[in-house]
Amino acid sequence: MNIVVCVKYVPDATADRHFESDNTVDRVGVPGLLSELDEYAVEQALQLKEKAAAGDDGEDSEVTALTVGPEDASDAIKKSLQMGADKGVHVVDDAIAGSDALATSQVLAAAIKKIGEESPVDVVICGMSSTDASMAVVPAMLAERLDLPQVTLGSVIESQGKEFRIKRDGDTSTEVIGASAPLVLSVTDQSGEARYPSFKGIMAAKKKPQETWSLGDVGVDAGEVGLDAAWTAVTDTEERPPRTQGEIVTDEDGSGAKALVEFLASKKFI
Amino acid sequence: MSEVLVLVDHVDGKVRKPTYELLTIAKRLGEPSAVFIGAGDKGDAVVEAVKKYGAEKVYVVDDAQIKGYLVAPKAEALQQIAEKASPAAILIPSNSEGKEVAARLAIKLGSGLITDAVDVAASEEGEGPVTTQSVFAGSYTVEARITTSAPIITVKPNSAAPEESEGAGAVEEFAAKISDSAKKAKIIASQPRKSSGRPELNEAAIVVSGGRGTGGDFSEVEGFADSLGAAVGASRAAVDSGWIPHAFQIGQTGKTVSPQLYIANGISGAIQHRAGMQTSKTIVAVNKDEEAPIFELVDFGVVGDLHTVLPAATEEITKRKG
Repeated sequence: MNIVVCVKYVPDATADRHFESDNTVDRVGVPGLLSELDEYAVEQALQLKEKAAAGDDGEDSEVTALTVGPEDASDAIKKSLQMGADKGVHVVDDAIAGSDALATSQVLAAAIKKIGEESPVDVVICGMSSTDASMAVVPAMLAERLDLPQVTLGSVIESQGKEFRIKRDGDTSTEVIGASAPLVLSVTDQSGEARYPSFKGIMAAKKKPQETWSLGDVGVDAGEVGLDAAWTAVTDTEERPPRTQGEIVTDEDGSGAKALVEFLASKKFI
Repeated sequence: MSEVLVLVDHVDGKVRKPTYELLTIAKRLGEPSAVFIGAGDKGDAVVEAVKKYGAEKVYVVDDAQIKGYLVAPKAEALQQIAEKASPAAILIPSNSEGKEVAARLAIKLGSGLITDAVDVAASEEGEGPVTTQSVFAGSYTVEARITTSAPIITVKPNSAAPEESEGAGAVEEFAAKISDSAKKAKIIASQPRKSSGRPELNEAAIVVSGGRGTGGDFSEVEGFADSLGAAVGASRAAVDSGWIPHAFQIGQTGKTVSPQLYIANGISGAIQHRAGMQTSKTIVAVNKDEEAPIFELVDFGVVGDLHTVLPAATEEITKRKG
């Protein structure tokens, strides 16, 4: 199976995330890493590969970690390779900076098509959402652009050959969604703990093939992406004033419950 | 005035509250048109419901041909309606399915897309609506605008107070043409989520949640929630431990809530959780650990064991309510 896992390099959520003067996310001045939610996607990609290898015909699979982002985004590839992906593709181009999700999905789709030139891509796997913009729209956009079945937000992933089934916890119901590969799959953080890179994995990653492609390499016109081409314009970003800590009481012999109820009553919640 | 399309959020024809919020917002931007994609025989009841909140027109798309498929057919139906109506904006509920419909629709129409808006206002210069979003775990507020025609905005629940105002509710049966390609991802089985009898997490005015500190027993959290008429939520730690289903999870990978009152019990307040509740109006926490980061956010906090504090508070509230 030819598996592509899309990964994103994001500002560390525990760091001081902020915006640049042009209202884009500062992706350079804040320490970044592989988006935690994409680790689950890498994990499922590796499990698919392992399952195919363990099958009757012992099928050989290749897992390609694909990212679009600035120079440092290669860190997201590196982590994926350390976890066990076979090769990395990094689309990097100054013109991409400031792209919205629509443009990003266009670049990803073009890169996936190029990866598929050698042997067709069977499964594109994504995380459920990035941890920075958190739009959760790129998997659906990829399905639309690549005209592939969209099998998204899987908390349980089952496959038999080319047939896939996922459990999807929706807003009002839990569904089982089925489709045949080639398809776009996205997985949630309920899909199974992501593995840690082993020492062996870290050493092996250094020798794995990594390619760097420009927009020209994937056949996307620079004028179609980036901040100026974005169909959305951020007009203002404002840091919310930090919440000020209110009263903290320590419970002694039931005083905590009394004080709590008093507080709720004073705010007219009771 | 141009039409503003609102995708109706419903379960089997029962209209959900976010629909009324979207219609209320749509009135600020133009003439609200509701789009109901569902069982044709539920159309009349939906029309009655949405016209009370200002729907001038209701597109009824009978979903008999498409209900067994995920997302893609809905995007195609909306595309065909939008191409006919040339709307000033398209408003979609910001839940997981709504965002995916919006994502596909944006590509089909060549429209800009903004997700998770918490407010939408008409712009003074007539340049298209201005949205407000809460980002980076609620630490920033972002104002943005879509620069294409037919902007698509997904709006979070509780972003507007629904305002009743009678609309004409003119019905237009719309026969959407659905491609074979949109039918490639099938819904094989569907299990409606059981109602807990409590308010829905996204819509509740008060949310009481429990975390690792419950030790797996949510009965005290639930009892306290019931005394306040609140919804029950949980941290990821509680969900990962298998104590409560994922549908109750509040945080980055669960639901984002913004109630009048949020009470976190036995929850440390990791960034993953804060992302889902930081914009609540009033925040209260009960935690044994006085160093728990959740206390940095609270308007009121109790350092104590939830297993003793909550039952005592529940009893006191019940007594006061008589």
